[in-house]
Amino acid sequence: MNRLARRKLVSALMFGLTGICTLLTISSLFFILGYLLWHGIRSINLEFFTQLPKPPGEVGGGMANAIAGSAEIIFLATFIGMPVGFLAGVYLSEYGEDKFSFVVRYATDLLNGVPSIVIGIFAYALVVVPLGHFSILAGSVALSVIFIPIAVRTSEQFLQDVPHAFREAALALGAPKWKAIATAVVPAAFSALATGMLLAVARIAGETAPLLFTSFNNQFWSLSPNQPSASLPVMIFTYAISPYRDWHRQAWAAGLVLLALVLFINVSARLLLPRRVFK
Amino acid sequence: MSYTRPARMSVERPLATARVLVSGDRIAYLITFLFAAGVLLLTALVLYELISASSLSRAKFGWSFAFTQLWNPVTGEFGALPFMYGTVVTSLVALIIAAPLGLGCAIFLSELAPPRASGALRFVVELLAAVPSVIYGLLALFVLTPLLRHPVEPWLKEWFGFLPIFQGPAYGVGFLAAGLVLAIMVIPFITSVSREALLAVPRDQKEAALGLGATRWEATWNVALPYARSGIAGSIFLALARALAETMAVTMVIGNDPKIRSSLFAPGYSIAAVIANEFTEAITNLHISALVELGLVLFVITVIMNGLGRLFMLATGRTGSIRA
Repeated sequence: MNRLARRKLVSALMFGLTGICTLLTISSLFFILGYLLWHGIRSINLEFFTQLPKPPGEVGGGMANAIAGSAEIIFLATFIGMPVGFLAGVYLSEYGEDKFSFVVRYATDLLNGVPSIVIGIFAYALVVVPLGHFSILAGSVALSVIFIPIAVRTSEQFLQDVPHAFREAALALGAPKWKAIATAVVPAAFSALATGMLLAVARIAGETAPLLFTSFNNQFWSLSPNQPSASLPVMIFTYAISPYRDWHRQAWAAGLVLLALVLFINVSARLLLPRRVFK
Repeated sequence: MSYTRPARMSVERPLATARVLVSGDRIAYLITFLFAAGVLLLTALVLYELISASSLSRAKFGWSFAFTQLWNPVTGEFGALPFMYGTVVTSLVALIIAAPLGLGCAIFLSELAPPRASGALRFVVELLAAVPSVIYGLLALFVLTPLLRHPVEPWLKEWFGFLPIFQGPAYGVGFLAAGLVLAIMVIPFITSVSREALLAVPRDQKEAALGLGATRWEATWNVALPYARSGIAGSIFLALARALAETMAVTMVIGNDPKIRSSLFAPGYSIAAVIANEFTEAITNLHISALVELGLVLFVITVIMNGLGRLFMLATGRTGSIRA
């Protein structure tokens, strides 16, 4: 009996430990959120959203150009990445039974695993070197390379989740296959597809490494895609490692804005995802 | 999937409109095919650019690139060893901390927590994975390194100072700081993949163990874990790939000093960090080429780790699709 009591004690103890693991993990999110809120709220002001950065060492100024730059880079990257990812996903889901699709799937997974800094090098070689200068366009290309594999795999998966009966019903009504896809399959998966795209946007919104040597940085307004531009993640990095107190303050403010944006997109994307009615 | 490709679907039909619609099928097929081929091409292009842009450095240094410690942009001597060392050491520190924590968390979520709570907690874990790495870096730089510098590293030195990895001055920034922040960043990946592997264990297996008189923990440890082991191994390799490739958080806290040191307190450098720091400042072609070659090395290592991870996950019958 003594032995059984010991085994039960071990069981309780080990599960207790796993509970502590969970507590530690979960609390780290709340710590991150809480700490950024605490420092960020005190650092944020109207100037932050409306003014340009001040020269090094001067107090004040904001990140208006970085916020606009980030928005433009993300928009362009989504604009490039979404159609490519979606259509390739349609191919894999609706036509993808041959060897070619297997290779494409493999390549997509490979691309998804490429370190983001390496994608920065790629965009540098592909866009910055031929153009001769850093630009928003180069940053967008880099981010779209991150966007595409995520969009491909989520699109494929969500289209696959649409029951086969949907396709058969459309075909039985005499619709050709493309019409069955366009009017039955894609609409059925629409909100799931939108979720996938939103998650991909959230993912690229926080990417910093690929922007360091593609869109680079800029102290001034620059909305032309052909010009280098500041962006929020790069500004956080630059300001955080600088020796100036006021820049640290602004890094916290920018961190809060970026985290709020990313978490907001994530949460709303997941709320958008319907419970799986199919299956 | 029973229906055929449109090429074979063009049946003779009496109505002209039907023929137009069916020929639309070919167009639709062609368009989506082109984009799928585009993704393939893009992947090939990434590899091609890395190989071609690093040719200068590869021609000059050959294999000695990987075994040389010197990194001197001024004299044009480049060796990758200190960076590879930093990348490997920080990732190992991260895994040593993250693997047990992440696995413990996965066990709790899959075996103990009621389904509703498990779903909510999983959501939190996934949000944790969504936090941008530059934010982890920001917190690590201003919260973690001061903590390491003052109470943690001196404490470690006092109690475990006989180990060579816990010696030397406490800088705060260094391998340990980078390893710790990486650990926090990869825990969500280990947890979410391992949790799924554990949930895929058939109920009968655990119930059989319980029926034989095993305690709940014994049923988990001796039955569920071995059953899910390849999924768990897969999660660890995926996490390793993440840790090896992580740039921003590491760059901010590793100390950026290309030296090989045995102490975890010492500042070091990693492959991704040196690319991030020096790429825009590199003037000579050789310097850029050497940095690209470092990128190529990183690419190859992460591809291998991701491949191993997927292989293990496939072994459990899961598809190797990405975690959305």
